[in-house]
Amino acid sequence: MNLDPLALLLQTALLLLLAPLVSGVIKNWKAKLQNRRGPRIWQVYSDVLKFLRKDMVISEHASWVFSFAPYAVFITSLLVGLMVPMLTTQAPLSLFGGALAVIGLLALGRFALALAGLDPGSAFGGMGSSREMTLSAIAEPAMMLSIFTVAITAGSTDLSQIVQATQGPTWKLLNPTHALAFAALFIVLLAETGRIPVDNPATHLELTMIHEAMLLEYSGRYLAFMEWGASIKQLVLMTLLVNVFFPIGIASEATPAALGLSLLLYGLKLLALSAAVVLVETTNAKLRLFRVPDLLSAAFVLATLALLSTFLFQ
Amino acid sequence: MPPETAEILSSALFLKIALCGYGVGMLGSLLVVRQEKLANYVTFGSASFAALCGIMAAVLALAVEQGRVSPTFELWPSLIPYLSLGVRLDALGAFFVLIVSTLGLALSLYSLGYARGFYGRKSVGVLGAFFNALLLATTLVFVADNAFFFLIAWEIMALTAYCLVSFEHEHEETRNAGVLYFVMSHIGTGCLILGFLLLFQASGGYGFDGFHALGEKMSAVFHDRNNPDFPDVLHRLLVRRNAAFLLFLVGFGVKAGIVPLHIWLPAAHPVAPSNVSALMSGVIIKTGIYGLTRVFFDFLGTPPNWWGVTVLTVGTISAVLGVLYALMEHDLKRLLAYHSIENIGIILMGFGAALMFLHTGHPLLASLALIAGLYHTINHAVFKALLFLGAGAVLHATHTRNMEEMGGLAKRMRWTAFFFLVGAVAISALPPLNGFVSEWLTYQSLLQGFGTTPSLIRLMFPLSAAMLALTGALAAACFVKAFGITFLAQPRSEHAKHAHEASFTMLLGQAILTAACVFLGLFPTVFLKLLDPVTQQLTGVQLSAQLSVTNGLVLAGVDSQGGTVSTLGLTLMAVCLLPVPFGLWLFCARKSKTRIGPTWACGQPGLTPQMEYTATGFSKPIRMVFKALFRPRRDVQRDYDFSPYFAKTIRFESHVEEVFQTRIYRPLNRLVLRVSRRMRALQAGSLQAYLIYIFVTLLLLLLFAL
Repeated sequence: MNLDPLALLLQTALLLLLAPLVSGVIKNWKAKLQNRRGPRIWQVYSDVLKFLRKDMVISEHASWVFSFAPYAVFITSLLVGLMVPMLTTQAPLSLFGGALAVIGLLALGRFALALAGLDPGSAFGGMGSSREMTLSAIAEPAMMLSIFTVAITAGSTDLSQIVQATQGPTWKLLNPTHALAFAALFIVLLAETGRIPVDNPATHLELTMIHEAMLLEYSGRYLAFMEWGASIKQLVLMTLLVNVFFPIGIASEATPAALGLSLLLYGLKLLALSAAVVLVETTNAKLRLFRVPDLLSAAFVLATLALLSTFLFQ
Repeated sequence: MPPETAEILSSALFLKIALCGYGVGMLGSLLVVRQEKLANYVTFGSASFAALCGIMAAVLALAVEQGRVSPTFELWPSLIPYLSLGVRLDALGAFFVLIVSTLGLALSLYSLGYARGFYGRKSVGVLGAFFNALLLATTLVFVADNAFFFLIAWEIMALTAYCLVSFEHEHEETRNAGVLYFVMSHIGTGCLILGFLLLFQASGGYGFDGFHALGEKMSAVFHDRNNPDFPDVLHRLLVRRNAAFLLFLVGFGVKAGIVPLHIWLPAAHPVAPSNVSALMSGVIIKTGIYGLTRVFFDFLGTPPNWWGVTVLTVGTISAVLGVLYALMEHDLKRLLAYHSIENIGIILMGFGAALMFLHTGHPLLASLALIAGLYHTINHAVFKALLFLGAGAVLHATHTRNMEEMGGLAKRMRWTAFFFLVGAVAISALPPLNGFVSEWLTYQSLLQGFGTTPSLIRLMFPLSAAMLALTGALAAACFVKAFGITFLAQPRSEHAKHAHEASFTMLLGQAILTAACVFLGLFPTVFLKLLDPVTQQLTGVQLSAQLSVTNGLVLAGVDSQGGTVSTLGLTLMAVCLLPVPFGLWLFCARKSKTRIGPTWACGQPGLTPQMEYTATGFSKPIRMVFKALFRPRRDVQRDYDFSPYFAKTIRFESHVEEVFQTRIYRPLNRLVLRVSRRMRALQAGSLQAYLIYIFVTLLLLLLFAL
């Protein structure tokens, strides 16, 4: 258990480069399913690069919090990414924090984002912050409980150890505990990444938006950091799902062959999960805001059932 | 004892100086009560000095003497039998003295500036005298060595706190809050006296040593209860012990503010002067926690399972309800007061888990859970006092507690805004600050509790951990609201527009507490060493060595298998990652310019403060989601001439009712009034009747004694 600078560097690079691709793939596939041609899968990269080069307009009412938030969102997303095992079972920062720190850091990023939404004084920003904090408050216990269920079976809150424990000889997903926890966490993923039954990532209609409402006053490189940070957060949560519940092929040693195989399988798993997200997005309508808590409490109930099932199946 | 050089600089000496210092501050300020400025400097100056000595005494007792020698001395030679003013600074007491002294120092410095607001209006000398008396009484509560002395100090504390709460008694709200506090406080004290009487009956003395020995005896009895020869007498002892548990839980619970005994807390905290609110929330409610720790872990012996279950349940309910009611407030200080209820709940979650582990015989885990509770105790003291001081500075500048009339203060009160933000991050349990560390420890102890027992009761652990997650997330929502509406966007009133930064000493007090938040957050393993003597005293286990791995930079849950966290490491890593965004900026965006422009107002000309999101609006979704609990009510009145589409005036009111107020306290109040109306018939005013009452009472007592 020590810090490996090379692994840190590689995982940071992977997070930075892979995250926009996943967003791009989801956007592209969604368009295909809706009989549109859709943006190229590289479009998100061009967007981010363009935002980075553009001039910025900052609101006259905004304080230092507004300028601080993009960095907070970007850096916390990266930090969280370094605590989740991606290609090897040993996450680079696993010593510095496990599942609890992951949830805490995500909450820190959200805290900064919500404050930034309130800062310029527009009504939309406040609305976005208010909704974001409400929904995340209900999503967080569900997320915590499903991670706890997995952590209890692994005997640790350390994500690397959880992955190692689930990696055992038997196929753990057939275990009802894991299946239920996965279902709960999948719903939380939809809520946390602002996907369709909860939020619509493609819209700027004020009545439906949550995430975009908080970003309305951002432009230029701050917007780039916000968007990039959001896509990194999405990648991290998806990684958490695929690696904890489908831990096949994750390299336990850092040999080139094992890493290559791991990368290949990881890519395939991410594509499969993206397909699932796309499918949910195209087959469902957006719920109205006060129906979303029902969905999220369903996730909480699923997680509780997962916990209860540990009595039956262990 | 011969005074050797090593013993001269002992914790006892510093404790004595500290106690004298508070006394001097109290009497001195009364002597110069006419000269406001002088009184201010005398009273708060000597309080800061005394608090500094208190910190020295506590640190010496915990770090150097390690609780091995607990200094005992008589504060005053005993004149009346039974009534000895014995003082003992043991590890648990020293830990709480550390809390009161740290806060005492920061608050006294802050008060030097804050009290200037009272010049010419209120007597600063009187305020200072009570302030010193409260600090003195609280310190004595933590070091009292017998039940009598403890109760005396407890009552002095309650009375001075009452006087401080009612300091601005010209407002009716203040008087009502003071009376409510007074009544609730005395219901609590009544329970405490009964509880101590039960302990007296069992041990035959009032000394804490005797109670401690009683606890050991009861542990032995408890473990022996399956023995067929289990004698009847001892069985009765255990029944009495359960009664004592409930009495102490209620008695100390009132002071700590657990649900549903909390109703005085959101009434009394906001109306007191802000330095007093900080002291009440930071220290006075912690005396309840001290009492619970002292009694549960020191006096009552090995607990039965239902104690732990009760405490964990009460803690969970307090935490969730506290934060939910906090979200509905737009009075800044009331909001903070409700958060105290939440945090007391979190502390009790640790204690409840610790009791359950003691029952199942896991002293290691019990110590971890106890540490989690105690760590959260000092953390809450620090960040809640910090937030109250920030609220005080805002109040000083804007003359209102209503958040809807603030806004835009981040530009006008830069430092206060920064300190308040640090406190908000800390109380929302976000890394890397101290609230996160203690909640992390609580999560760890709850999760590891799942394996300690095979029965269904273990489901309580992860479920209350999930409730802790809910609490944390709601607290974050609440502080986004509190900070965002108070400090960000445009000023919503003239007062807020002309707000000014607080004075230097007021900022200094906040800076000390901010530094404490950061230190407790980034260096938990350093601080945990101070807790070693405390857990050694209460559970017989020292944990700090097992809780820190890799040269003490990483915090681990009992063993590193359970999970590790390093707030310091995360912070350093975040700094290491900073070159990424800045590098991108330099690489791609060097030539880009930044303009200042107006916020987009949907094409309307100009953005007015009326268009901003309000505190009530911010918490509306949560009010809707939890409407079964809040029972929101709204009244809309609109006047119009000919068509409802052209209203002349619209009046909107929205209320949230606290269920305990309507369901428990109001009916109880009515009942008491009705009974006392009947009882009034007894008070006829004739001497003969009273003599008959006395005679009958004596007769009954005699019959009872026979």
